[in-house]
Amino acid sequence: MAATDQTIKQVNTLGSSDYKYGFSTEVDEIRPPKGLNEEIIKFISAQKDEPEWMLEWRLNAFKVFNKLPKPQWAKLNIPEIDYQDCYYYSIPKSLKDKPKSLDEIDPEILKTYEKLGIPLKEQKMLSGIAVDAVFDSVSVATTYKKQLSDLGIIFCSISEAVKTHPELVKKYLGSVIPVSDHSFAALNSAVFTDGSFIYIPEGVRCPVELSTYFRINAMNTGQFERTLIIADKDSYVSYLEGCTAPMRDENQLHAANVELVALDNAEIKYSTVQNWYPGDKEGKGGIYNFVTKRGACRGKNSKISWTQVETGSAITWKYPSCILQGDNSKGEFYSVAITNNMQQADTGTKMIHIGKNTSSKIISKGISAGKANNTYRGLVNILSKAKNARNFTQCDSLLIGNQCGAHTVPYIESSNSDSMVEHEATTSKINEDQLFYCQQRGLNSEDAVGLIVNGFCKEVLQHLPMEFAVEAQKLVAISLEGSVG
Amino acid sequence: MLEIKNLHVSIEEKKIIKGLDLSINKGEVHALMGPNGSGKSTLSYVLSGKDKYEINDGTIDYNGKNLLELDVDERANEGLFLAFQYPMEIPGVQTSFFLKTAINSKRKYLGQSEMDALEFAKLMKSKAEELNISTEMLKRDLNVNYSGGEKKKQEILQMSMLSPKMAILDETDSGLDIDALRIVSEGVNKLRNSDNSFLVITHYQRLLNYIKPDFVHIIADGKIVKSGDYSLALELEEKGYEEISQTA
Ligand SMILES: Nc1ncnc2c1ncn2[C@@H]1O[C@H](COP(=O)(O)OP(=O)(O)OP(=O)(O)O)[C@@H](O)[C@H]1O
Ligand SMILES: [Mg+2]
Repeated sequence: MAATDQTIKQVNTLGSSDYKYGFSTEVDEIRPPKGLNEEIIKFISAQKDEPEWMLEWRLNAFKVFNKLPKPQWAKLNIPEIDYQDCYYYSIPKSLKDKPKSLDEIDPEILKTYEKLGIPLKEQKMLSGIAVDAVFDSVSVATTYKKQLSDLGIIFCSISEAVKTHPELVKKYLGSVIPVSDHSFAALNSAVFTDGSFIYIPEGVRCPVELSTYFRINAMNTGQFERTLIIADKDSYVSYLEGCTAPMRDENQLHAANVELVALDNAEIKYSTVQNWYPGDKEGKGGIYNFVTKRGACRGKNSKISWTQVETGSAITWKYPSCILQGDNSKGEFYSVAITNNMQQADTGTKMIHIGKNTSSKIISKGISAGKANNTYRGLVNILSKAKNARNFTQCDSLLIGNQCGAHTVPYIESSNSDSMVEHEATTSKINEDQLFYCQQRGLNSEDAVGLIVNGFCKEVLQHLPMEFAVEAQKLVAISLEGSVG
Repeated sequence: MLEIKNLHVSIEEKKIIKGLDLSINKGEVHALMGPNGSGKSTLSYVLSGKDKYEINDGTIDYNGKNLLELDVDERANEGLFLAFQYPMEIPGVQTSFFLKTAINSKRKYLGQSEMDALEFAKLMKSKAEELNISTEMLKRDLNVNYSGGEKKKQEILQMSMLSPKMAILDETDSGLDIDALRIVSEGVNKLRNSDNSFLVITHYQRLLNYIKPDFVHIIADGKIVKSGDYSLALELEEKGYEEISQTA
């Protein structure tokens, strides 16, 4: 499993607190000049052999982007992003002419994934999990395709889906996150490069975890992920994404749009372990992770559950949300966000209750160490037709040291008198007596912090796919290395 | 094993231990008794290395090492164990997982490989059975919502699994019911051998009926005011601290 093995490796090399995925791969890249303009968009579209309608969609999004104001960053300290000083497309030359089999892929790229713990070759494939591997702007390979297609499940890169399943893409792309939603959504719609596409047909329970592994390799290159997951009536899918990037001194942008659609009685479980390069101790370098993730519970009794473990990135800005349209639909958000050193995270969720008897649950655990800042920002909005809607929110913050910050910003809007909204929040400092107790039992101070923090996050981590939870615990501990003592 | 000489300790400018001497040899059990606030727990914290205590004077030798120079976890992994007067709760951390982590920390420190999962499960089961601790209990979060007595038993379970060289029991008997007191004492006695030592802090002579000490010390106002054998505990029971301290 992608991030699992990645973290196992990370743990095996414990002892040095450096980011373990900081290596870069030497490959020849195809890369148009820096800058954001119509030419680049046409170039990207042409590189991907996209149909005309897709190009038009992109160009329209670019027009919208130019008209939209930049988002107001509340708690984040974000340097002005110069959109013209960034590459928007970069693919290894060897991947240009669509390798037909893995034998045609540059061995350097295959090696990269092996180093990350994600073997793509058939005989070494991870069991119980199908992987789509995205390298900079392009999907390298998708495993288990045949087995999945026998069930009618479509799991491929979005670029491929545009060509092979245009009717589904046309119907759902941008249907959850409108192009005009905010400037990053528009930017992504204009220049998105790759990501995964999943369609689970009516009545099918996807038998394996589906997973995408995102890797940013090239310098100065933004990664514009676009993922679309559709769970048709009575279906179920569990999806997992993992991310890493080389250590580089300059900041890099990962701006993703992820859309989920769940129809009647369908369930989507979406888990993320985000471990982008966070920058060094002084805050130099690192990924800017600006992500729009939104799920629509369109059908009755549908359910979307987001679980995220956010440990990486210099700046994280993300609010996986649920639009609870169908009657009796359910939205869940389980989040662990860890910031250490100079990292900043502003994350949370939006639960929009539209249908009757809709319910949502939010469990957020924010951990801040070093000089980092961590904000939970959430909105629970209960519209007038959402009779009998329910929400439960719990936000807990844990501070390690005296120089970090935690902030909780919950917005609640209810236009319905028979709905019920509960909110609990706590902020505490890591307990010295607990640390002493663990150390008296032989744990060193870092292991003690790791243990206590993992206990603090348990409610969230237990929602990750099983084998994965164990590895996520190790990642939690590693992210806090050097935070005490 | 442990040699404390002329120890002076203060916390936040307040002097608590004022010239304490104590020498414990291998294979010995020492009981430490004294009125509330006399510095018993403080001594146990200083021995295990809790910070914020200022050592103003004195030395502590532990098996030929300067104990005061070792970190908390080093002391623990060198075989020093403290059964806390008030054990900490650790939410979200399963008791069995905590035990495993502690055992493997020690093994790592000693350059040994991790304990095999099966071996660990067996060890935990047998030790828990000895102490009459149910396996259900071990699945719960460490000490969270445990009763006072259950917490104390948990401390002894940890002790018996880690089999320390020098164990300090800080009022382990307080809060235990009569049966539990007997079971816990049996657990301690089982662990006793010619290689390890115990410092048993207690207010009640009753515990010493079960765990027979080689020496009994009385501490008052940060100093050991009287030492003797088991009969001192009986005398104390009769006369109380006031009178004993005066005759010292
Ligand atoms: N952090 C602190 N600041 C100030 N005084 C302290 C602090 N910690 C302990 N003391 C004081 O030090 C003295 C000794 O405390 P200690 O806990 O060692 O007593 P004890 O002998 O264990 O008592 P008991 O039998 O009640 O457990 C007490 O007067 C206590 O109030
Ligand atoms: Mg005490």
